[in-house]
Amino acid sequence: MHRTQCRECREHLSEKEMLSRLDDILAGYKNVDGATIPVLQTAQNMFGYLSKPVMKEISRKLNKPYSEIAGIVSFYSFFSTVPRGKHLVRVCLGTACYVRGGKRILEAIKKELGIDVGQTTEDRLFSLDIGRCFGACGMAPVIMVNDTVHQRCKAVKVAEILDHYRNKKSGPEKEQV
Amino acid sequence: MFCAYVNNIKVEVTEGSTILQAAAQAGFKIPTLCYLEDKTPQGACRVCMVEVEGARTLMAACCTPVTANMKILTNTRRVREARRNVVELLLSEHKGDCKTCTRNDDCELQELARALGIDNVRFQGETTAQKLDNTTPALTRDSGKCIKCRRCVTVCNEVQSIGSIFPQSRGFKTTIGPAFDTMLDDVVCVQCGQCAAVCPVAAITENSHIDGIWKALDNPEKFVVVQTAPAIRAALGECFNNEPGTLVTGKMVAALRQLGFDAVFDTNFTADLTIMEEGTELLMRLKKSLVEKQLAPLPMFTSCCPGWVRFAEHYYPDFLPNLSTCKSPQQMFGALAKTYYAAKIGKKMEDITVVSIMPCTAKKYELQRPEMNSSGLRDVDYVLTTRELGRMIRQSGIEFNALPDDKTDSPMGRSSGAADIFANTGGVMEAALRTVYEIVTGRELPVKKLHLDPIAGLNGIKHASLKIEGTVGEWNFLEGIEVKVAVVHSLGNARKVIEAVKNGQVFHFIEVMACPGGCISGGGQPRFTNDKIRQKRINAIYKEDEGKQLRKSHENPEIQQIYKEFLVKPLGKKSHKLLHTHYTARNM
Repeated sequence: MHRTQCRECREHLSEKEMLSRLDDILAGYKNVDGATIPVLQTAQNMFGYLSKPVMKEISRKLNKPYSEIAGIVSFYSFFSTVPRGKHLVRVCLGTACYVRGGKRILEAIKKELGIDVGQTTEDRLFSLDIGRCFGACGMAPVIMVNDTVHQRCKAVKVAEILDHYRNKKSGPEKEQV
Repeated sequence: MFCAYVNNIKVEVTEGSTILQAAAQAGFKIPTLCYLEDKTPQGACRVCMVEVEGARTLMAACCTPVTANMKILTNTRRVREARRNVVELLLSEHKGDCKTCTRNDDCELQELARALGIDNVRFQGETTAQKLDNTTPALTRDSGKCIKCRRCVTVCNEVQSIGSIFPQSRGFKTTIGPAFDTMLDDVVCVQCGQCAAVCPVAAITENSHIDGIWKALDNPEKFVVVQTAPAIRAALGECFNNEPGTLVTGKMVAALRQLGFDAVFDTNFTADLTIMEEGTELLMRLKKSLVEKQLAPLPMFTSCCPGWVRFAEHYYPDFLPNLSTCKSPQQMFGALAKTYYAAKIGKKMEDITVVSIMPCTAKKYELQRPEMNSSGLRDVDYVLTTRELGRMIRQSGIEFNALPDDKTDSPMGRSSGAADIFANTGGVMEAALRTVYEIVTGRELPVKKLHLDPIAGLNGIKHASLKIEGTVGEWNFLEGIEVKVAVVHSLGNARKVIEAVKNGQVFHFIEVMACPGGCISGGGQPRFTNDKIRQKRINAIYKEDEGKQLRKSHENPEIQQIYKEFLVKPLGKKSHKLLHTHYTARNM
């Protein structure tokens, strides 16, 4: 059976378990206006990505067409419909980071990890995405790994940053850099 | 109420009015490609931009409310240039070729470009990726032509409460469609075609059956019969520049004959037949419930509308026993044409081709439902929308407006006024009550001009009750009973009335039509339809009804004839086989 890892507690979850946890999330949003995005965010944080059954269940429970849920999920780059690696690397390509070389950093990371944007490494350690401004323009160019911003990043420093995560045993958590 | 100024003309507007409405009041037309009357404005197309004194940027007229003393300018250089830019940008990414497009000369984008004097597109770049979706029997979606105005999204969600489609992805990559670019056939879509009816371009159109019909007409072995739905006669004229609401019954028949159809009949005939079958069915259910004290599926719902049937199959499978088992008039006609009529003219059913002219796209879906072959073959072979018939008439060079009036053939061409009003919301119910009341009491329905005013008109949900008094013979059990009926149009309203029934509201009979206003503004009717045009078409239909001597289905001599010669009696053995059907619960 396909099992996915709960990102918050590092347990392995079956689809059934995912849906039952989703029920707990949804219970808190009964008859709440504007619940769609918070529910999707919570579900994504919990499961690491949004699977079809999860999105369908959200659609049913919030009484919104599945096409609308899909529309929202495909609109925001934050949401992912494929399982993510242990560490999510996001390269900012907002205006400030872009002009200060964000694209070169992106290329370096692609090369270092051997994956394209939206993909996950075979060892399920890293996923790569682009971001549109993390609000750290003064420190441009920046990349974000999980919840940590790496400022004034350089292409040559990419391997070093990633190595730090390769050597870490635990999952995503706050860290000081 | 407060004042505003549009191009220095003072107008008094009510609070909440938009600039677009204020400008219309002042007599100025502001172009728009995404606006839909009485629906939530989208502000998606950016064509309706105007200048507002004191505002830094141009404002979208469709979604900006007017404020007191607002000064609006709709025709400045800045406005004209902005609109031109927007439309040129739309044209630059629009992957369509006007010369060969089905919407050529009927396209809002093309018309607007012409109106704005665009003779050159200054921008060149990528065009929208073209992906065709013709997975459903009724509709084709062409993402290359889509301008993302979202009208289709609005009708599918707000009017029909289905939500098959929604904007997917973002920016230049945005597409309008089902979840994650799946195909329409993969999701719940009732194929009502209201999306195609509001599409300003050719991004959603009906699957054309024109070629197949030409082939059948050219084949000397084939005897091609045609039926026309009640709503066609009040709208086909619009394809030839007649005012909405122009009745063209006689010219329509003449045109069909000139196109080469071997017999020109009328779906109205089987509409009358539907009343005989469905009316009897209602009485039987009432009898079962009131006399035999058994559980009978009440309220009974009408079943003429394939969009509504499919909606019920997906969303309310528990209510399927409540749907009348009557086939739609189109399918009754097909089954009879290949049996009753074939025998009458001494033809084999395989040599008969049945063509329907329908105001509807879902009828293209209905004809291919697997159970619709009770004659032994596919009962109906082709369906043309009103728009397609208009195109076919133009293709053949017929001067439509100059045609003399002609009459339909016998024995499936004659109809009562009760059949005409099947075209609009409230019509099937009124037609049924005209006959049922008379069967039960022996007297005519006691209302002015035989019209039940509470269930006529464009209100979304309409109720009426009718006290049955002075019953005759076997119908005494209905004495003093107050028959409660409801009439709804658009599927959003159907949902509301079913929920009301679930919550205990009592009705005996409910009419549902999937399209707003009923078939007169079906997904296959001439574009563009709003409530004003709907009302004009409805008025035309009532005029057709009132102009007839024959106003009640059971008085139609051809109906009496078919029961005498062939069907024997309503709900009889032959009726059961040819005129009634069953439904299938479907997944969500």
